[in-house]
Amino acid sequence: MSGKTTLPDQTPREATVAREIALRHGNRADALLEILHDLQEQLGFVPEAALPALAKSLNLSRAEVHGVVTFYHDYRREPAGRHVIKVCRAEACQSMGANELVSMIERFLKVKLGQTTADGAITLEAAYCLGNCALSPAVMVDDRLIGRVDAGKFEKIAAECRS
Amino acid sequence: MSKVFVPRDSAARSVGADEVAAALAAAGHQVIRNGSRGLLFLEPLVEVETRDGRIAYGPVTVEDVASLPIATAGAHRLRLGKIEDHPYLRNQERLTFARCGITDPVSVPDYVAHGGFEGLNKALGLAGSAVVAEVTGSGLRGRGGAGFPTGIKWKTVLDAQADQKYVCCNADEGDSGTFADRMVMEGDPLMLIEGMTIAALAVGATKGFIYIRSEYPDAIAIMKEAIGAAIAANWLGANIQGTDKSFYLEVRRGAGSYICGEETAMLESLEGKRGTVRPKPPIPALEGLFGKPTVINNVLSFAAVPFILAQGGAAYMNYGMGRSRGTLPFQLAGNIRQGGLVEKAFGVTLRELVEGFGGGTFTGKPIRAIQVGGPLGAYVPASQLDLAMDYETLAAAGAMVGHGGIVVFDETVDMAAQARFAMEFCAIESCGKCTPCRIGSTRGVEVIDKIVAGEDRDANLELLSDLCQTMTDGSLCAMGGLTPMPVMSAIRHFPEDFDKPAALAAE
Repeated sequence: MSGKTTLPDQTPREATVAREIALRHGNRADALLEILHDLQEQLGFVPEAALPALAKSLNLSRAEVHGVVTFYHDYRREPAGRHVIKVCRAEACQSMGANELVSMIERFLKVKLGQTTADGAITLEAAYCLGNCALSPAVMVDDRLIGRVDAGKFEKIAAECRS
Repeated sequence: MSKVFVPRDSAARSVGADEVAAALAAAGHQVIRNGSRGLLFLEPLVEVETRDGRIAYGPVTVEDVASLPIATAGAHRLRLGKIEDHPYLRNQERLTFARCGITDPVSVPDYVAHGGFEGLNKALGLAGSAVVAEVTGSGLRGRGGAGFPTGIKWKTVLDAQADQKYVCCNADEGDSGTFADRMVMEGDPLMLIEGMTIAALAVGATKGFIYIRSEYPDAIAIMKEAIGAAIAANWLGANIQGTDKSFYLEVRRGAGSYICGEETAMLESLEGKRGTVRPKPPIPALEGLFGKPTVINNVLSFAAVPFILAQGGAAYMNYGMGRSRGTLPFQLAGNIRQGGLVEKAFGVTLRELVEGFGGGTFTGKPIRAIQVGGPLGAYVPASQLDLAMDYETLAAAGAMVGHGGIVVFDETVDMAAQARFAMEFCAIESCGKCTPCRIGSTRGVEVIDKIVAGEDRDANLELLSDLCQTMTDGSLCAMGGLTPMPVMSAIRHFPEDFDKPAALAAE
């Protein structure tokens, strides 16, 4: 055999996507939160392989990027279910039975807060105020806010997520 | 064809406003998506335009749409009459929320037709110091919760020498029981843009950021839409209305961190960093965003400014009592029959708000406790319903106004559980920079658990009180500094909940 051998591209796709998004934000370090949001919207989570690429693009240390990713509740390190349901457990919703609602939902979905259902349809999370405090208790399904949630309403929501 | 209004506010959408709007549109009506009037217990509220004003129906479900007499605005079991005559609205003093629910939130012509940009127009013809003087004269104090005089803050930034200054809006409305910022951003976002632009002119800033929590996707989208509309109409951006004044505004999303509502943590976050609190001094007015002089105000503070400029500081000053001037948009939340937004002059009593407007609890059971001013605010017992809502009166009662959130609990509430939650929340959301907050909150949860379990109760109550004192005195910011307020107020007003026989407590 003669001639050059071409090595396969070792750059993970995540790193390429991260670089493109950073560039779209002018590689500005102050836009790191926005960049991470965009990355998560595109990939569903913030993969480890994206962090060194981001650090390089923004001229930050990997520790700084890691620090930001782990500080904020929004960024997930692994993929979520197809839908994310956030249940508010702050005071206004508590006054309308949010703690009981959370227990009911956990039993119904057979997962705890922070976990994903076995069929991969729903990731259940806690939220601390969704700003719907006059129509408590509230949940948010992906970006859709729902008020005055009870068992019947929740079962409908879960069925929609699974369909 | 009749014009009908159905709010695009996310609270209204959370109970079916989109479906109602779609059904009305499908029936051939011209549907306008307005902001919410704030009568959230009546959402989805449908308004029909008539020659005599807007006739409201609510709460409307999709099933009701077919039977609504839109063409005549006539009788129906959901008919509320002229919305302005509804006592919930008629008895308010709406200065900031004067337009919310009336207009299409992102329509500049609508905004201008209802007095919008009058304040900015005036500010464009004034020196920065004159704008600051007007705001100082209004007596406006920071509506985020701290109550610092806005005019003094602005003067500090105006007097600072720098090549760049910033105006930042804190829209990280994380307090449970509050939604007024969200309603401004979703219902009258141009007012916030106008207020921030006036601040920029006053202090000589050219760049601004609105930091909006990620839990508010609708507010983020509407705010961006409104910024686009304001730029297109030359009320924002380069050479505003043909003058030599420019102001550029950008929306930044938070990422689920409560502490980023603390102003210096918000600055860190805006710089793309972990949201940890900065020690003060230096104050942000002198060394704020990227080390430059920065005005930081809450949404409601900026939103109060267009009125102050348009009508004069004295007009605003005429409302309120003592050193609390103007109005505050209170938010009635939690276990309440008629929850919503009530803008009243300072001095209104808790009873007028909770019983008068709110109509008591949603469950119909007696009120036991009311948390005023967010998760860091005190639990007030039903016996103190006659407290007047102003900064000084509440402070004297060991409570605070905060951001105006009022969360009602009925007699089933367990106040020891609420006190424990305050500590637990602090442990979850502490930025970790200072020890009293980072460690104290976790220790607080443990000590409350021991008290509830009946373990050395008296000694542990004393320990908890000592811990709270340390957190109050030693924390860097209000997160650790004020978490003791709900905890100690619960112990002070509801000691019986911390002294149950062990068997009962274990239930």
